[in-house]
Amino acid sequence: MRSIVGLGILAFSVAAFAADVGEVKTASGTAHVEREGARLPVKVGMQVRQSDKLVTGADGAVGVTFLDNTLVSTGPNSTLVIDSYRFDTTTHAGKFDASLTRGSLAVISGKMVKQSPDAMRIRTPSSVLGVRGTEFVVKVADTD
Amino acid sequence: MPPVLLIGAVMALLIYISPAPRDETVVLLPGPDGSVGRVVVQRGSERTTLDSPYAASRSGEPVQLSATEVRSEFGPVLAALPPRPTSYVLYFITGQDELTDESKAEMRRLLEELRARPQSDILVIGHTDRVGNERSNDALSLQRAERVKAELLGLGISAGRLRSAGRGEREPLVRTADGVEEPRNRRVEVNVR
Repeated sequence: MRSIVGLGILAFSVAAFAADVGEVKTASGTAHVEREGARLPVKVGMQVRQSDKLVTGADGAVGVTFLDNTLVSTGPNSTLVIDSYRFDTTTHAGKFDASLTRGSLAVISGKMVKQSPDAMRIRTPSSVLGVRGTEFVVKVADTD
Repeated sequence: MPPVLLIGAVMALLIYISPAPRDETVVLLPGPDGSVGRVVVQRGSERTTLDSPYAASRSGEPVQLSATEVRSEFGPVLAALPPRPTSYVLYFITGQDELTDESKAEMRRLLEELRARPQSDILVIGHTDRVGNERSNDALSLQRAERVKAELLGLGISAGRLRSAGRGEREPLVRTADGVEEPRNRRVEVNVR
């Protein structure tokens, strides 16, 4: 009986964390997250989830620390979508796909790229970046 | 209009109306210790590999930038990067529930940082040596992490900031053969993020 309760608690705590893949650590200016049709203002301490779209205004910038210690920031006038994020804290296996459709992005890759060099991929309107480590910046110029 | 000018005007118009690929810049940066990784930029069928400090790809063309150019072009986004996670390593006295004296001092430094950085979250990671099989070491490492997590909770760190993980025997500080006792590998690491 005790083990069943224990298992239930474990399953619950895994589920409670499963959706959260990162946490906002820095935020300035205008920025919001689009999630399931809602527009949420970005605040430090806010949890980031898979499929979130991070959007910053002309004065906005946001920094997020992901579960595997990948650090990501977006600068002004940027849109970044977290297409998929998986990370196993025991094996360090994982997958991180994100798309920068406009603006700028800085990345310091984390534990999953150290474990498997193909784990992280960034898409831009005309390129796909394979991240073998560790630190880089990306800028997509405005079309108009 | 002379034919040359006409052809020029038509070409200019064609260039203007055809959807030009977006102007994109990717720059590889050195880490704090000067080491660099590698980023592969795939643009259509073209592939550029960046593997030296400030090597860049601008719309597919390889270019070399300087630290100053990168700072002026990417200042705001670089300033928004979260702080790098810090790491503390704690050891227990063999066979006991008590931290070694050195680790007690490390624990005090950890608590200082946690108080100084109230926005930080904490990942507590347990590790084992290679005595026992992988599965039992996964469980044991998680137990070790939970023990430190409970201690941090007891010291007033809020549950919402704390996560735990067990790495088993996968990440030894000192490499050993399987089945070898190694106290330096029986440890708990705390990432402040």
